[in-house]
Amino acid sequence: MTAIDTATAARVAKLARIRVDDDALPALAQEFGAILGFIEQLQEVDVEGVEPMVSVTPMRLKRRDDVVTDGGMAETVLSNAPDAREGFFAVPKVVE
Amino acid sequence: MSELTKLTIGAARDALRRGEVTSAELTEACLGAIEGADALGAFAHKTPERARGMAAAADLRLKAGDAPDLCGIPMGIKDLFCTRGVESQAASRILGGFKPEYESTVTSQLFEAGAVMLGKLNMDEFAMGSSNETSAYGNAVNPWRRGSDDTALTPGGSSGGSAAAVSADLCLAATGTDTGGSIRQPAAFTGITGLKPTYGRCSRWGIIAFASSLDQAGPMTKDVRDAAILLRAMAGHDPKDSTSADLAVPDFEAMLTGDIRGKTIGIPREYRMDGMPEEIEALWAEGRKMLEDAGAKVVDISLPHTKYALPTYYVIAPAEASSNLARYDGVRYGHRATLAQGDGIVDMYEKTRAEGFGPEVQRRVMVGTYVLSAGFYDAYYNRARKVRTLIKKDFEDAFDQGVDAILTPATPSAAFPLGAMEEADPVQMYLNDVFTVTVNLAGLPGISVPAGQDRDGLPLGLQLIGRPWEEGDLLNVASSLERAAGIVAKPDRWW
Repeated sequence: MTAIDTATAARVAKLARIRVDDDALPALAQEFGAILGFIEQLQEVDVEGVEPMVSVTPMRLKRRDDVVTDGGMAETVLSNAPDAREGFFAVPKVVE
Repeated sequence: MSELTKLTIGAARDALRRGEVTSAELTEACLGAIEGADALGAFAHKTPERARGMAAAADLRLKAGDAPDLCGIPMGIKDLFCTRGVESQAASRILGGFKPEYESTVTSQLFEAGAVMLGKLNMDEFAMGSSNETSAYGNAVNPWRRGSDDTALTPGGSSGGSAAAVSADLCLAATGTDTGGSIRQPAAFTGITGLKPTYGRCSRWGIIAFASSLDQAGPMTKDVRDAAILLRAMAGHDPKDSTSADLAVPDFEAMLTGDIRGKTIGIPREYRMDGMPEEIEALWAEGRKMLEDAGAKVVDISLPHTKYALPTYYVIAPAEASSNLARYDGVRYGHRATLAQGDGIVDMYEKTRAEGFGPEVQRRVMVGTYVLSAGFYDAYYNRARKVRTLIKKDFEDAFDQGVDAILTPATPSAAFPLGAMEEADPVQMYLNDVFTVTVNLAGLPGISVPAGQDRDGLPLGLQLIGRPWEEGDLLNVASSLERAAGIVAKPDRWW
């Protein structure tokens, strides 16, 4: 099993923007260890000269003209917001 | 329960067109069956009024002679599909109360064809799970039981509600989605047919994203013919999904000749796993014989990188999930945590996501974050993408040797009891997808067909894997297998 310490678990939780209580970190680290240990098998595959997959179906992505195709529906866009005011999404203060 | 709910799409379509039954009658029968089936936990949101309105509109179209195949057919829709004005929350608390202002492309196509929506179906949260136990709605329950033993079994996952609803005849068919086996494994566990189409066959627009390079919607139905009918209605190019294929959608149903003489079926030796139950092994051998008897040539093949498929998947899927699920931040939709005095925006993100995501989703988002983080990106994520190339090449090599379809077991076991995996580490649950996940990594079509029963009478499925874009051929081989297996057993109603 790959060992993951609680500091690493805390760092990953922070990066993922998920609050994890300190007392839950050891269990989380252990779960990470189990999963990463499982993934570790990939190190034994010879991938010399192999291209990383970008698209599973060999197709060119379609292009279109860079023009506005939709819009003008602020109210609709805001209709599911937990907090919307005066045509904007409202969030806690960001700038001091 | 009314006999009407047991109809296939094909039979109902023909009866509707002949005027022997109305969509209103079919829909009432299904609504009645759903009302009596809360114990199955299949429907997370019921939409009876909408269903009645849609049925009335379908009956008018039928009378006017304007009746596509799905016109008037009552269906369930997996909660992962955004449906305008109807709760669509991917079985997650973080999307609690979310009512989309738009309709997913797949459901738009179904509704334009006249399909009737009965409600939204239970699933694993964000389609992450193999037992429907990670749902914010609670478990969906398998209509099948082990003989007279009343232990509640999983319907599989993530499309567990879809599988339970179709198997229990609460609807005529359902939509599912499949990222690593989420259509095929629950189909196998509940004795129904489940098809994951070629990646790009159905538009992903408006389907809540899990892992975008793997996700694909598909039909979950009572037989292979229905899978062909429903796939045709779901498929097609969509300018709003840049990965959807600009290819004509054939009449898959017309391709079901049942004649597979001269077809070559491959049996991959790497799918013979250590510790595989004898029943699964026997079923697989039987399936091989059925196809041989139908005139196919069966050959042994090798897919050498099979054992690396699951670890590859558990890098790529969480990596994509961590990116896709970054949008759930408590700003634009869904849940926002109650904040304490002085909490800033990062506190809002962190508290919202801790409250809104269940443990399995949190785990995968964090694993994805880890494998994408500086210093690990090459060792994990890029390496996994290279192994994915090799996995796809294994299949290409087999097809180049003339193999038309590949036969494997659908799952390593029959349905297991709800709660059975509670104490196991997450990797044990992941092993459920061992036979299905390769297909997503390679972008291929795969179908699970009911093919037998285990010693307790539980359904078992076989999987057929086809060439890209050749769902028609694949469905035809599946129909041959279906006919040879001749499964007619249904779960005894206990709910």
